[in-house]
Order: sequence, then C-alpha cells, then structure tokens
Amino acid sequence: MSIWEYANPVKFLRASGVVLPWIVAGAAICTVGGLVWGFLTPEDYRQGSTVKIVFLHVPAALMAINAWLMMLVASLIWLIRRHHVSALAAKAAAPVGAVMTLIALITGAIWGQPMWGTWWEWDPRLTSFLVLFLFYLGYMALWEAIEDPDSAADLTGLLCLVGSVFALLSRYAVNFWNQGLHQGASLSVAPGERMSAVYRYPLYVSMLGFFLLFLALVLIRTRTEIRRRRLAALLARENRA
Amino acid sequence: MIELGKYANTVMSAYGISLVLLAAIILQTWRANARARRDLEEHESRG
Repeated sequence: MSIWEYANPVKFLRASGVVLPWIVAGAAICTVGGLVWGFLTPEDYRQGSTVKIVFLHVPAALMAINAWLMMLVASLIWLIRRHHVSALAAKAAAPVGAVMTLIALITGAIWGQPMWGTWWEWDPRLTSFLVLFLFYLGYMALWEAIEDPDSAADLTGLLCLVGSVFALLSRYAVNFWNQGLHQGASLSVAPGERMSAVYRYPLYVSMLGFFLLFLALVLIRTRTEIRRRRLAALLARENRA
Repeated sequence: MIELGKYANTVMSAYGISLVLLAAIILQTWRANARARRDLEEHESRG
C-alpha cells in the first residue's frame, strides 16, 4: 500500500468519498463551535470586544499561508512525478486559499482601524499578505488562460514556486523586519507571552475548524476537477471518432 | 444578548463579511460539484 495509489483518479474518488462525510461533519462542528465559543468570550481589558475578531482572523491567515504551501507540495508532485490528481488538487485549493487570504485581509483592516487608527499600513506582514492574495488571483487566472491542461499545470506550478516566497514572507515578515504595526505570533509559547486560556482554547477549536473546512472544500473541488477532466476526455474521444 | 460595547459595529462587520465569504465559497463548491457529477453521469448514461 502506497500513498501514490491515490494518484489514480478512480481510487482518489473512492477513498475521498469515504472520508468526506466525516471531514465535513468535523468542519461544521469545529468551525461553528469555535466561532460561537469565541464570540461568547469576555472583552479584553485593552482591546475590548474587538478581541473576538481573532477567532476569524488568525485561522483564516493560517489557512491562507498553508493553502499555498499545500499547493506548492502538490505542484512539485506534478512537476516531478506527473500525477494529474496532484495538479488538480493544487488548482482546487487556490480559490479556497484566496478566500482565506481575503478574510484575513478584511478582518485585519476592520480590526486595525480602532486599534491602530488606520485601515491599512504598508507594514511588512500586511504587504506580503496583499501580494500573496494577488498571487492567488494570478494563479487562478493562469489556469483559466491556458487551454491545454498539462501546459497550464506546468506554468501554474512554476508560478506556485515563485509565490511560495511571499507565502513564507507573510508568515515570517514580522521576524525578518523588526518594524511595522503588526504583532508577532498570536500563539507564542514563550513564558509570559501566552494568550489567556479563555481565548486560546476557542481559538484552537476555530483553527481546527478552518483546517477541516479547507480540507473538505479542497477534496470536493478536486473531485469536481477530476469529473470535469473525465468528461472533457470523453467528449474529445467522441469528436475524434 | 451579548454586549459588544462601543466596538459592536466593528465586530459584527468582521463576522458578517467573513461568514458571507465562507458561505459563498461553500455554495460555489457545492454547486460546481453537483453540476460536474450530473454532466458526467448524463454523458455516461447516454453511452
């Protein structure tokens, strides 16, 4: 038994069909549970009720970066081993990652206005996140612009490699450049910097929910892409006959 | 009723916009999947 078995579209459809209901159920329970629990937390003594935005902002930002890294791994598998399912999984993840990035940007702006006194600042982390969002848009546009699916997978794979620099920058920009408004890691393990358990536990649940939601959406979208590809192949075969 | 104080609009707009975006990507994913499955099944059933 090897993981590469799931590069076979039929096996992927069968295996993903078995696990999907469980992942969807877990995503619904954890996302709704985490957000409701987070919404019910008490006000922070400094940030007031705006602290409740953390339960959206941090999980969305986490998934925005990790979605791109998942696309990077899938693209590398395509470029090296030529497994079509991996290229389709990368394509499937892009719109979900773009929505996560947009949520992180919008909630960050809404949160920043009362806390920093501005909606936007050309801060290293904010700027690298905006560039990451533009990379998501470019990646999706490139898939749509190229007719031949294998050429599209090749070129978007290369774009994904380049964009990975910004995905990593958006995570570590605060550490690289010790300037800007954005704080460091929200979930620091350093003594004295840990977030209060009142906020930390619902945040963990919300992060798990966003991860499972991302996983469920990517699996469903990959199944959609496989079916589309299968239909296109059947139509092409009929046209040739 | 949950008391959000002077930041009620800030918190509600962050949650409102985020939930609309999440609902949009979930709905679009579900509809596209249903259409792709239906199109393929129809084609395969025609033989």
